[in-house]
Amino acid sequence: MATLLDKIWDAHVVHRGATGSDLLYVDFHLLHEGSSPQAFEGLRLAGRTVRRPDLTLATEDHVVPTRGQLGRTGVAATMVEALRRNCAEFGIPLHRSGTEGQGIVHVIGPELGITQPGRVILCGDSHTSTHGAFGALAFGIGTSQVEHVLATQMVAFAKPRAMAVTLHGALPTGVSAKDVALAIIGRIGTGGAQGHVIEYRGPAVEAMSMEARLTLCNMSIEAGAKAGMIAPDDVTVEYLRGRPYAPTGKAWDDAVASWKSLRSDDDAEFDRSVDIDVTTLSPFVSWGTNPSQVVELSGAVPDPADAPDPAGRRAAERALTYMDLSPGTPMREIPIDVVFLGSCTNGRIEDLRAAAQVLDGRRIAPGVRMLVVPGSAAVKRAAESEGLDEVFRKAGAQWRTAGCSLCVAMNDDSLAAGERCASTSNRNFEGRQGRGGRTHLVSPTTAAATAVAGRLTAPSTLETA
Amino acid sequence: MKPITSITGRAVAIRRTNIDTDQIIAARHCLRTTRTGFAEHLFAAWRAEPGFPLADPAHAGATILLAGADFGSGSSREHAVWALQDHGFAVVIASRFGDIFADNAVRSGLVAAVLADDEVSSLMDAVEADPALPIAVDLVDLTVRAAGIEAPIRMDADTRQRFLDGLDGIDVTLQHEAAIRAYELTHVPIARAS
Ligand code: SF4
Repeated sequence: MATLLDKIWDAHVVHRGATGSDLLYVDFHLLHEGSSPQAFEGLRLAGRTVRRPDLTLATEDHVVPTRGQLGRTGVAATMVEALRRNCAEFGIPLHRSGTEGQGIVHVIGPELGITQPGRVILCGDSHTSTHGAFGALAFGIGTSQVEHVLATQMVAFAKPRAMAVTLHGALPTGVSAKDVALAIIGRIGTGGAQGHVIEYRGPAVEAMSMEARLTLCNMSIEAGAKAGMIAPDDVTVEYLRGRPYAPTGKAWDDAVASWKSLRSDDDAEFDRSVDIDVTTLSPFVSWGTNPSQVVELSGAVPDPADAPDPAGRRAAERALTYMDLSPGTPMREIPIDVVFLGSCTNGRIEDLRAAAQVLDGRRIAPGVRMLVVPGSAAVKRAAESEGLDEVFRKAGAQWRTAGCSLCVAMNDDSLAAGERCASTSNRNFEGRQGRGGRTHLVSPTTAAATAVAGRLTAPSTLETA
Repeated sequence: MKPITSITGRAVAIRRTNIDTDQIIAARHCLRTTRTGFAEHLFAAWRAEPGFPLADPAHAGATILLAGADFGSGSSREHAVWALQDHGFAVVIASRFGDIFADNAVRSGLVAAVLADDEVSSLMDAVEADPALPIAVDLVDLTVRAAGIEAPIRMDADTRQRFLDGLDGIDVTLQHEAAIRAYELTHVPIARAS
């Protein structure tokens, strides 16, 4: 009768409020420099402490440079300094930039084995939904809630509704979890899952690697969902085995036994269900300024006149003006200035491998700038041990150190006004990658092929190397 | 946080849907360690566009913002709420909000009021016809009133109570200290093993 959401929720309720919001225990709280300074300041002003520094961990990702050293002065240095001071004062472990455990918060959580099935994981960042790939309930919170969690290790929320997104069939070759995510958001819209936790299920999900599942859950927030989750299975267990925070010995055996039984009951009822046949999907790309404005790469820029309602039509017209695109233009004819491979969506080792495979023996088009930014220092080391950095460099791409980089442009990396970027990140909002910059969301392999062709391209249509 | 029971003021309408938090305030303008100082960056890119309503002197001093569906989608940055408040807004009215934005709003004392889509449109029409029109937002009876329009606010009981009480959320939670402690006694923590 119970969904995965019900089970995790109920196991964490400490108090049921009279007005419909429950007080939940937070198993782990991840921090980064961007959303935490005001929370610590609030604690200090009220004379409060951090209740469980042992269940808290911080990293530096949003503002750090991915080339060269962090400066001693400037706004980025101020943010990082604030985090370092706060972590020292309150006894919170910190993975500093330049150290081996540093990386994007949603990449290092899984990597360290902190993200575990059945747990409640929070972070002051909307893409915390990523961690749900392990069968955790994980969602983003704002700074006031960060302060609340620091002080109490609790969070108060009304329980969201449950939505099943079932992926039927097997993914065709060349179609990735990113393409699936864009297809889902294109279908249900940026507010399509508002107020819901999505549980992804079905054969195509079961067949996905842990990293692909992370990409899928990462994008849940772009459909407006509170969180995304996937029931744990053998893939989950094997990923976690031996990670620094994974249990050991008998505790591991007990944990595995409980993880394997953690799933929605067969007769569980969802508030909403969406079914998608993935067998007919092909690579997707965004044409507009929100992640629901997507089309198949083989398609063309849509005509706003075809929008179902006046608001949608106005939004499409605005988006096309901003993106400097005309209806009917084939997506494959759109030239690109910059390619970004990285972010918490697609900055993991499998993403880099997939892109490197396309780039191996090829060169990126003249005039195209390509940044390859590993999601963590560990991803960087793994890629270098496999020689992927050489493949990227030989192709003419820049090999960077770990961070959010061009996903968010609150660091040294940004687009110039008017520049057009094929990006493996998650948001194509106006100005997201720099004021006046234009973003097309794509998968890692599409990003790589696009860099080679100088226009939006899937690997299948590249000439052989 | 101060209790809020009702707010009356003039309004300004931005007829756009999906106003994500990156539009409300760009990430590069969030590089501060305070909760204030964000007003000048509110809708910074759009304010440079001719005809953007926020730049219209007729709407100067508006405390209520009317916007299209899915306002505040995207990033969790609470700076979006702070920038709106810094600018002088006390209420945002839309037919749907991004979840995290709505939660941030209640924690920081900005009223995010959900109305039906056609009621938001009617209010937008009325405000564009008469920028001086006062709009009353009442959280006690959950109703928005303006020039013959009476629209119910959809707000869950918990959110409404938080506005009406204006209590410190951390203090409220810590009233359950005994229950939290009991939970922690049997709780298996995530801990570094190697
Ligand atoms: S990579 Fe982008 S989306 Fe992910 S945490 Fe960093 S800024 Fe946010």
